[in-house]
Amino acid sequence: MIAAVLAGEIQLYHDLVRPYERSVYVMALSYMKNREDAEDVAQEAFLRAFRKLASFRAESKFSTWLISITINEARTRLRRQALVRMEPLDQLPDEDKGTSPALLRDWREIPSEAVERDEVRVLIQRAVEQLPEIYRQVFLLRDVEELTINETAEALNISIPSIKVRLHRARMMLQKQLAPQLRTVNRTSKRRWLPWS
Amino acid sequence: MVIDCKHVWNYISEYLDGTLPEETRDTVQKHLDHCEICSAILDSTRNVIILIADDRVFELPVGFSERLHARIDLEFMRIGP
Repeated sequence: MIAAVLAGEIQLYHDLVRPYERSVYVMALSYMKNREDAEDVAQEAFLRAFRKLASFRAESKFSTWLISITINEARTRLRRQALVRMEPLDQLPDEDKGTSPALLRDWREIPSEAVERDEVRVLIQRAVEQLPEIYRQVFLLRDVEELTINETAEALNISIPSIKVRLHRARMMLQKQLAPQLRTVNRTSKRRWLPWS
Repeated sequence: MVIDCKHVWNYISEYLDGTLPEETRDTVQKHLDHCEICSAILDSTRNVIILIADDRVFELPVGFSERLHARIDLEFMRIGP
């Protein structure tokens, strides 16, 4: 399809990018923190990808290429806005930082239906937002967008061992932050829903 | 080989992904079989990942797709036929 778009059938570009709308938006949102800016970054990324389509090399996946463009677009935008201190792309993670989990004696599974509640979604979104950038990128690509370790490494242009370390730390930080909160919310909601129990 | 809790925590991510070497996985498994704290950490980590990955957590804004494709069409018009 890419070849056809490059050959002049540009309307096919709509179909080409449709499957990646959510991935690009989620990645943009993780940087921009508000939906309007994230949508704007996502749109720009898709336009930039169209303009640069001739430079796409078939040895990489189109999705990882799009993600790279999105990250660059978001970082450029943030630099322009000077909202955050930018971190080097392959910065070595702090060895001792935030990798110990929340200690629990037991865990009662929280069902997926819990995310239908606004308070749970907000808790989760905030926890992901608060991850340091280098961990957030890896976590979103691997665990939310379900890229493989290799694809994640390619999209972010960092080594596979770095991806594994960052993924582990991201998961531990999220467990530490969210497990106690979700357990409390889950208990509270049960009392609220079943006042007679 | 017997390992302590802190060592097990280092393996949780790869344990969940099923990428630990067999021998390490067996060692971790033996620990998990008798350690309720590490089992709870493992279960809660798995549960947290599943909840975050749920499509309903990061939903596209209403009308996102329409606005995107309208903007792409504008770009097509800009570059001409």
